[in-house]
Amino acid sequence: MRNKFADTVYEMALEDERICVLVADISPAGSMTQFRNEFPARFINCGVAEQSMIGIAAGLALRGMRPFCYTIATFALYRPFEMVRIDLCYQNLAVTVVGMGAGVIYSSLGGTHHSMEDIAVASAIPNMTVLAPCDPAEMRQATRWCGTVSSGPVYMRLGKAGEPDLTANTPQPFQVGKVRYLTQGRDIAILSYGILTGMAMEICERLTAQGWSVSILSCHTLKPLDGAGIRQVLGSHKQVAVIEEHVPHGGLGSRVKEIAWDMKASCRLDCFSLKDEFIHFYGTHSELLAVHGLSVSAICDNLTN
Amino acid sequence: MTFSHVDSVLRCRNYRRRILEVSQQVPALHIAGTFSTLEMMDSAYFGMMRHGSDGVQSDTFILSKGHAAIGQYIILEHMGVLSRADLDLYCKPGGRLGGHPDYGIPGINASTGSLAHGMGLAVGMAQADRIMGMDRNIFLLMSDGELQEGSVWESMMMASNLGVRSIVGFLDHNGFQSFGRTKENHPSFYPIKEKVEAFGWECASVDGHDSSAIIEAVENRSAERPFLLIGNTVKGRGVSFMENEPIWHFRSPNLAEFSQAMSELMG
Repeated sequence: MRNKFADTVYEMALEDERICVLVADISPAGSMTQFRNEFPARFINCGVAEQSMIGIAAGLALRGMRPFCYTIATFALYRPFEMVRIDLCYQNLAVTVVGMGAGVIYSSLGGTHHSMEDIAVASAIPNMTVLAPCDPAEMRQATRWCGTVSSGPVYMRLGKAGEPDLTANTPQPFQVGKVRYLTQGRDIAILSYGILTGMAMEICERLTAQGWSVSILSCHTLKPLDGAGIRQVLGSHKQVAVIEEHVPHGGLGSRVKEIAWDMKASCRLDCFSLKDEFIHFYGTHSELLAVHGLSVSAICDNLTN
Repeated sequence: MTFSHVDSVLRCRNYRRRILEVSQQVPALHIAGTFSTLEMMDSAYFGMMRHGSDGVQSDTFILSKGHAAIGQYIILEHMGVLSRADLDLYCKPGGRLGGHPDYGIPGINASTGSLAHGMGLAVGMAQADRIMGMDRNIFLLMSDGELQEGSVWESMMMASNLGVRSIVGFLDHNGFQSFGRTKENHPSFYPIKEKVEAFGWECASVDGHDSSAIIEAVENRSAERPFLLIGNTVKGRGVSFMENEPIWHFRSPNLAEFSQAMSELMG
């Protein structure tokens, strides 16, 4: 994803001289070297100084530039939180904060590098749009939207690198603010976002092999959430599940429950998330997720019982 | 640009009187910390900021010390950018002026109030101007207390790294913060000038209530680096019982105090 991000920003920079990139000593690879060489004034390495990165981005945006701020998610959002809230959101500036390696992808680096509550934190701020594309193709479209259409601040949650393509055969287009069916079924609908959508697709394959008809939806826009789209999902499936790499509160699961309550939904609704606990377990990303109950087998067992 | 020192003295006295008038409309306002800034703000607006052919200021003023907003509003009222009606509704329902500046209000270029946000904004604006080939200076007024925030120094370092030259900072060095004298409560805050210079800035220090000295110091800068002028000021300047008295940080005078303050500012 991060390479696709770099490629996309470089493409946009060729088209629009307002596009600029700020990093805090962590840079995406891919075309970012090219970007840096061709547009040195538009590539600003702020050093290990995230508050400054967000403040400078806001200053650039106040002059009409369209900045992207990029670093590891926890440092992009939490460290400079007040700059994000005031400089970007209160002033409603078109700055995109890219949180790379979000969730618990940096598994063995420990809790300092995990962003398990970023969706809740970012969504709580007025004016903020929150995006979490599920694969490199959605990432490209989301990034283009941020650079060309968005008129306010965006927090974009990214994976790292090597994510599979999940949407190549998806008939529905990517549209910010709309949920997107990746597969369309009748029995069980699974809502997810970001790279955990890959796990949802694996669950879909396994359940399909067992005779279930499964819908998978990419909820790439966490804010503004597509209420109508989610009501449609809740109203047209017997069973709905939310899978997210996020603490239970303030993420997609709690929002879907609110919508389900408001519409008096009658379907079964299960939410699978990280626990409300810091993680002191070390291992691979999938091993960490499994410790909190996020694995294909655990979720399949739960959904079919 | 012609700048009259005498006119500036008269304007600043009138700003203080006008702020006292407004103080009678609200339960409290940041009066003392505004009185320490007025000569620096007036010097920037009337002595240094350039105007485009359309009469609109081409340079930018950012009040990082957002709690001195009432001073900026009064100057903008004087300039005709804000109206008397705006000030009549200061901090009131239906009004558009609050205790801190909001981006989007005429003459207000950034939302401030939480300290230490202005420097990052100024550096970003300056870099954008370089990218776009715009010749604009950015005048940034900071409180001395906000220099205790790390984010100021992060962005000062970046200003030097980027080679930004168009920032002219003013430090309202009144030496007081909520707990009292900074020199007593936070002694390692000093020295200021050496710290600023160590971050690659040019720095000078003047009487922050002397408009001519302020303008001369800014005009004499090399303009090869970002510049910070330390204005040595008196919190509550102009009203004897407010000067250097922490209680006047956020307070409106009662009627007797108001009358005395107005009479001291008769000139």
